[in-house]
Amino acid sequence: MSETLIGASVPRKDSLEKVTGRARFVGDLHLPGMLFARVLRSPYPHARIRSIDVSRAFRVPGVKAVVTGRDFPNFVGLYLVDRNIFAVDKVRFIGDPVAAVAALSLQAAEEALGLIEVECEELPGVFDPLSAIAPDAPLIHENLHQYKRVPAYHPVPFTNIANHVKIRKGDIEEGFKQSDEVFEAAYHVPHMQHCQLEPHAAVAQVEAGGTVTVWSSCQSPNAVRKLLAVAFDIPVGKVRVITPYVGGGFGGKAGVSIEGILVALAMKTGGRPVKLVLTREEVFQGTTVRQGLVARIKTGYMRDGRLIAQAAELFWDAGAYCEYGVNIVRAAAYSSAGPYYIPYLKTDSYCIYTNHPAGGPFRGFGMGELHWALDQQLDQIAHRLGLDPVEIRLINAARDGTTTATGEVLKDIGLAECIKSAAKKIGWDEPKKPLTGKGIACMVKAPAMPGNAASSAVIKLNEDGSANLLITATEIGQGAETVLAQIAAHELGLPVDRVNVAQPDTGYTPYEWQTVASRITYSAGNAVMRAAQDARRQLLTMAAEGLGLPEDRLTITAGMVHAVDDPAKSIGVADLALGLTMPDGSGRYGPVIGRGHFIPEGIEGLDPETGQSAKAVAHWTFGVQAAEVEVDPQTGRVEVKKVAAVYDVGKAINPLLAIGQTEGGIIQGLSVALYEQLHLRQGRLMNPSFVDYKIATAADVPEMDVGFVETPLADGPYGARGFGEHTMVPTAPAIANAVFDAVGVRITDLPITPEKVLAALRLKGKGGE
Amino acid sequence: MPEKIRFSVNGEQVELAVEHHHRLIDVLRDDLFLTGAKEGCGGGECGACTVLMDNEPVNACLVLAVEAEGREITTIEGLAKEGRLDPLQETFIKHAALQCGFCTPGMIMSAKALLLRNPHPTETEVKEAISGNLCRCTGYKSIVEAVLDAAQKES
Repeated sequence: MSETLIGASVPRKDSLEKVTGRARFVGDLHLPGMLFARVLRSPYPHARIRSIDVSRAFRVPGVKAVVTGRDFPNFVGLYLVDRNIFAVDKVRFIGDPVAAVAALSLQAAEEALGLIEVECEELPGVFDPLSAIAPDAPLIHENLHQYKRVPAYHPVPFTNIANHVKIRKGDIEEGFKQSDEVFEAAYHVPHMQHCQLEPHAAVAQVEAGGTVTVWSSCQSPNAVRKLLAVAFDIPVGKVRVITPYVGGGFGGKAGVSIEGILVALAMKTGGRPVKLVLTREEVFQGTTVRQGLVARIKTGYMRDGRLIAQAAELFWDAGAYCEYGVNIVRAAAYSSAGPYYIPYLKTDSYCIYTNHPAGGPFRGFGMGELHWALDQQLDQIAHRLGLDPVEIRLINAARDGTTTATGEVLKDIGLAECIKSAAKKIGWDEPKKPLTGKGIACMVKAPAMPGNAASSAVIKLNEDGSANLLITATEIGQGAETVLAQIAAHELGLPVDRVNVAQPDTGYTPYEWQTVASRITYSAGNAVMRAAQDARRQLLTMAAEGLGLPEDRLTITAGMVHAVDDPAKSIGVADLALGLTMPDGSGRYGPVIGRGHFIPEGIEGLDPETGQSAKAVAHWTFGVQAAEVEVDPQTGRVEVKKVAAVYDVGKAINPLLAIGQTEGGIIQGLSVALYEQLHLRQGRLMNPSFVDYKIATAADVPEMDVGFVETPLADGPYGARGFGEHTMVPTAPAIANAVFDAVGVRITDLPITPEKVLAALRLKGKGGE
Repeated sequence: MPEKIRFSVNGEQVELAVEHHHRLIDVLRDDLFLTGAKEGCGGGECGACTVLMDNEPVNACLVLAVEAEGREITTIEGLAKEGRLDPLQETFIKHAALQCGFCTPGMIMSAKALLLRNPHPTETEVKEAISGNLCRCTGYKSIVEAVLDAAQKES
C-alpha cells in the first residue's frame, strides 16, 4: 500500500478535461437524428384541467411528437409517490408540466407549444404553510390517502400535511419545569434555488427492443433508472442511464427531474433521440427549490447556560409535490437538537403542501434552515444570560456519551475542539472595532438515507498494470472521481494516474443508491476500498504461487508485487492482471476483477410516536463557522470580512479538495445569508433570473480560514466522514449572530438584507426590539 | 435568409451561412462543435459562455453570429498552443480552481482577457474581472489565486 495517497492533495482527475473545454456535459451531446423538446407549463398556481387539445400543434412542420398527461398519467416519486410526469387532472404550481413537444428544431417545438389549447378552471391557492394547515384550506392533493409511500413517512389524509414527524424525548413539561428560564422565538427561511451553473439537461432514446437510454445531468443514475422503470412499467434492466460530468447538483438534480418528460416523448418518435435543456427561467420556476420554513422554538435552560428542554414546531412550505421533500422534514426532526445536548425534546416537523414550486433537497437537506433557527436561538439565550457565545456552545456541545434527539448515544465526537479552533481562527477574544462584530454557529448533519442505501464498485485490472474503476457515483464537482481513485490506488499500490474512473452507465457500472447526503466518500469510498482489497488479494494469491513465497510476506509497491523484506523477489501487477503465467507458458487463475460493496450497518427506523431510535443514521458530522462582519449603519449593508470554518471530517483524504469544498460552502452560505430569496407572489415567481436573484460573485469573497479536526469514524474509509453539504449550513446563523454582536439587532428572517438591518436599527433607536 | 459570414476561430478561418437571429454561441456550439463555451442563462448574466472577440471578453449568448464577421474569436479550445497548456490552465489545475467545471471555460477566458490587457493585476482587479462569471461551487478564492499565480508565471 502507498501510505502517501490517503491525505495527499493530488490534483483533480477531471481537471485537464475541464480547463481545456473538453469535458462533456449532457448539453454538449449531438446524436444523429436528434429532436429537440420544449415543455408547456402551467400559468396557474392551482387549477383543474378541463381539456387539452394538441391537434393544432401537430400542424407545425417538423413536429414529431406531442405528449400530455392523458397519454402518460404515470406517477413518479421517491418516498411519497405524489407526482405525475405531466399534470393529469390538476396543475398545482406555476411551472407544472402540462405537455411537451419534440420537433426537428427548438423553434418548431416552441411554435407548437403555443398551439396547444388547455382549458382550465382556476382553484383557490394556498401560499403559506400556516394557512395551508388551517381547517378550511383548499386541498392540494385530495387523494393523498391513496398515494403509495415508503412506510417511514406519515401523511395526514384529507389535509395538506404530506408528512408529520414527531420526536418525544422525555417528558417535555418536566423539562420546562426543571428549567430556570424559558425563551421562545420564531425564525423564517424563504425558498431558494440551487443555481447550479448547468441547467438541467437530458436526452432519451428508445431502441427497437424496448431498451430506453437516458443521458441525464442527474446526481443519481440508479434512482433515475428505478423511478423511470416503475413510472413507465419497463424492466429495470432495460433502462440505461448514462451520466457524464454534471455541472453542479446541490440536491437540485437528485431523484428525477426532467427525464420522465423525455422518455414519454422518445416513446413516440420511432427511435429518434430527444433532447431537452431547460432555460434558466425554467430552472428557477420548474425544478425543485429549497423549501421554505417557519420555525417556532421554545427553549428551557439553566442560568449557568445548560439547555434542558426544547419544544420545536417546524412548518415546512414544501410546495406542490413532496415526493422527496418528506424526507427533509424527517431529517430535520431527528436532527432537531442540532449539535447540542438537550435532555428533554419535543419536535413536530410538518411537511406542508402549498401551491409553490415543488420543494426538494438543497445542500444541507434541511440543516441550513434548521440551524438558522437553532443557532440564533442559542445565541439569544447566551445574550440573555450574559454568557459568551463560545462558552455557551462549549457548555452544550454534543460530546461522547450525550444523546441525540432520538436518544442515540454519541461517540467519537470532536465538536468542542472545532469550536475552540474556529474561535481562535476568528480572533474571538481580540478587541473589536466599532460597528464590527463576530458570531459563531455550530452544526451537525447526518446522511439522510434509507437504512439499506448501498454502494458498490468493480475494479478491473488491465494487462499494462493499470486499473479501471467502475462506479455509479456521479462527478458533480465534489471530486468523487479523484478521491475514489486515490482510495483504489492506495489499496492497490498503484500511482493514482494509473486508475481510470468510468463515468456512470447503469448498463455497465455497478449499483450506487444516490450521489446525495454527502455520502460518496463514506459509502462509495468503502465499496471502492473493499473492491481494491479484493483485487489485491487476488494479486497476492497469484504472486505467492508464482514467486513461491507465502502471501503474508508480500506487498505491492508502485505496480510491483514483491517480498516485504526483499524487493528483488518481485512480479509486476501487469504480469498478473490477466492471470498467472507459469514458467512452461501455461496459465492459472484469470483476469483480476475486484468487487466491493457497502451498506452502513445497524440503522434503525424511528418509533412513529416518539421518534426514538438507538441509531437513526449512519453517522454524524459536526462543524463550526465563525464570521466577522462590519455593518454600515447608514445603509444597513453587512460586509462579511472573514469566515473561519472548522469541521471534524474524520479524515481529509484529499485536503486540497476538502478545503475547496469548504470554501465553496462558505460562499454559498454567505450568498444565502445576504442575498437569496425566491420572491413568490400568489405562487408567481417574480425573480427567475440571475439579475433579479443575486448570488455571490468573486467581489463578495471575504478572507476564509479553513481547518479540520480528524476524529476517525469507525466505519468510515480511513476514518472519513461525509461533510460536503455541511460546509454551508452554519454560515448564515454565524453571520446573523455577528450582526447582532456588531450593532445589537437580530435578523431572524433570511436573507439579511440592508432594508431589514436598517429597519431593525431604526426600531432599536426608538427603544423597540 | 441565411447570410454568409467569415471570421477566424482559434486562428482558423471559417466561412458559414447563418440565420440573422443565430447567436455566436449557437454557431460555435452547434455548427463548429466547439462546446467548451457553455450556456448557463442565455441572458449574459452568468458568463459561462465567455469567449474572446479580438481579445475582448464577450458573452457569446449576447452576440449575434453576424457580428462576428471579420473578427477574431478565441474559445477555450484555442487556448492551449501546440499541445501546451496556457499558464492559466496550468494554475487552475494546480489550485484546484474548479469543481463541477461548467463555469470554468468562461472563467478562464475572462481571466485571459484580463491578463492580455493587464499582465500584473491586483487581487481586486482579478475579482472585478471575473465578477461577471458566476461559480456556484468553488467560492472563487482558488480561482483568484490561480489567476494571480498565472500572472506571476507569465512575467
